[in-house]
Amino acid sequence: MYLKFNYTMMLLIFYALFCNTVNAQPETLSKLRITELTDLLLQDCGSCHGMTMKGGLGPALTPQALKNRSREVIRLTISNGRPGTPMPPWNKILTKQEINWIVNTLYEGVKDE
Amino acid sequence: MNRFKSLLLISVLLLNGCNSLRGTGDLGVVIERASGSVQVVDTTKRVSLAKINGLGDLSHASVVYSRDARYAYVFGRDGGLTKVDILTGEISKRIIQSGNSIGGAISQDGKLVAVSNYTPGGVKVFDAGTLELVENIPAVYGKSNQQSKVVGLVDAPGQRFVFSLYDAGEIWIADFSTVDNKTGKAKITRFKNIGKQPYDGLITPDGRYYIAGLFGEDGLAILDLWHPEKGVKRILADYGRGDKKMPVYKMPHLEGWAMTEDYAFFPAVGRNEVLVMNRHNWKQIKKIPVHGQPVFVMARPDGRQVWVNFAYPRNDTVQVIDTEKLAIIKTLKPGKAVLHMEFTPRGEQVWVSARDAGKVTVYDTENFNSITTLPMAKPSGIFFTNRAHRIGL
Repeated sequence: MYLKFNYTMMLLIFYALFCNTVNAQPETLSKLRITELTDLLLQDCGSCHGMTMKGGLGPALTPQALKNRSREVIRLTISNGRPGTPMPPWNKILTKQEINWIVNTLYEGVKDE
Repeated sequence: MNRFKSLLLISVLLLNGCNSLRGTGDLGVVIERASGSVQVVDTTKRVSLAKINGLGDLSHASVVYSRDARYAYVFGRDGGLTKVDILTGEISKRIIQSGNSIGGAISQDGKLVAVSNYTPGGVKVFDAGTLELVENIPAVYGKSNQQSKVVGLVDAPGQRFVFSLYDAGEIWIADFSTVDNKTGKAKITRFKNIGKQPYDGLITPDGRYYIAGLFGEDGLAILDLWHPEKGVKRILADYGRGDKKMPVYKMPHLEGWAMTEDYAFFPAVGRNEVLVMNRHNWKQIKKIPVHGQPVFVMARPDGRQVWVNFAYPRNDTVQVIDTEKLAIIKTLKPGKAVLHMEFTPRGEQVWVSARDAGKVTVYDTENFNSITTLPMAKPSGIFFTNRAHRIGL
């Protein structure tokens, strides 16, 4: 009984560790984080791309404007920035998953809460 | 009895009428960027007097005042130009003049309001009274006649507007005191190859020097408006992002550049430093390490202190620099996302907006105590009416 319990625990621990390694980031962003990211998108991205994403110093990022642009290019631009322009790299501040969320939100259209 | 009541009511109304007669010298406007509204504030009583809705997209909005300091011209991101009567708290006139704009200026005589636009790139000039279009100046450049985004628009003495072309790397002067014989329009003087990607501009408080910050390369472009024939020169070759090209999470603003008698204080681009320059020979004399990448670097009206706010993500802080010691003497935490600061006309107080904290905090600039806070919806720019009488604001 004691042995069996220990074995189960070990399995659980192993499983937990394994999961942690594979899924370094949680599957979904917390509601709070999404609110923060929405704010970041509207206010901080918005300071160059416009709060309605219709553009400013930076180009328009509305679903319409992005229609024929590759998601991968947009994702890489947000991650690494765009040399020769003021667009900074966000990969030091945001996780991959958060950047993916921003890309998806841009293609769907930003909704203010 | 009824008659007595109506008489009483009328007297009360009349008395109220008397009380409402007031000046505008201690008034101002705070932009609420997310809700497309502004609040009119009183800097003596430190209260909000009115909230005005319906001004459109106010991300990156700015304000200039009519010379009687009664009307605030609010420039919105969506190309909206709104003339607000701050005494009645009403919109006098509102037009959508372009697809995308960045700022504006009012002429020396107060009769013209100019707006700098991204789309279509150029400057439009309006009658300050009626907001009717007086002149359209497309920022056309290059062989294929592209239109450049226009930034750093300011008024200059001699009924001139000066601005920079972001995509073209040019500075233009539009002189409204002289009509060009050929075109019948304001005389335009173009300065080409002033540097890559000028991102903002400012004019010194005396109206003599126009300075454009460059994003695409290091250094600043300077134009002596007393001697425009001498052309645009480059100063501070080391100023900029340098070889490493540090990422910049918010473009610094130049409008608030702090000028004291001997020094100019300005934000380094992409570095956690405020730079100090000798105003007489434009040489850099010191770098002051600060909390983050500076956005606004503003001198108290008496020049004794310089207040600095910072770019995302270090934007919950304000620091105060002593202009004699050239060192930080105070660090304040007004709340998340500090966007702007505005001094009362003689500088005894400063109003600080914290966007995400949803408030404006009023500080005593001598002892740094918070005197009061005013709740606002995502406040950004704060503009007091003493700007009405300052060159370049």
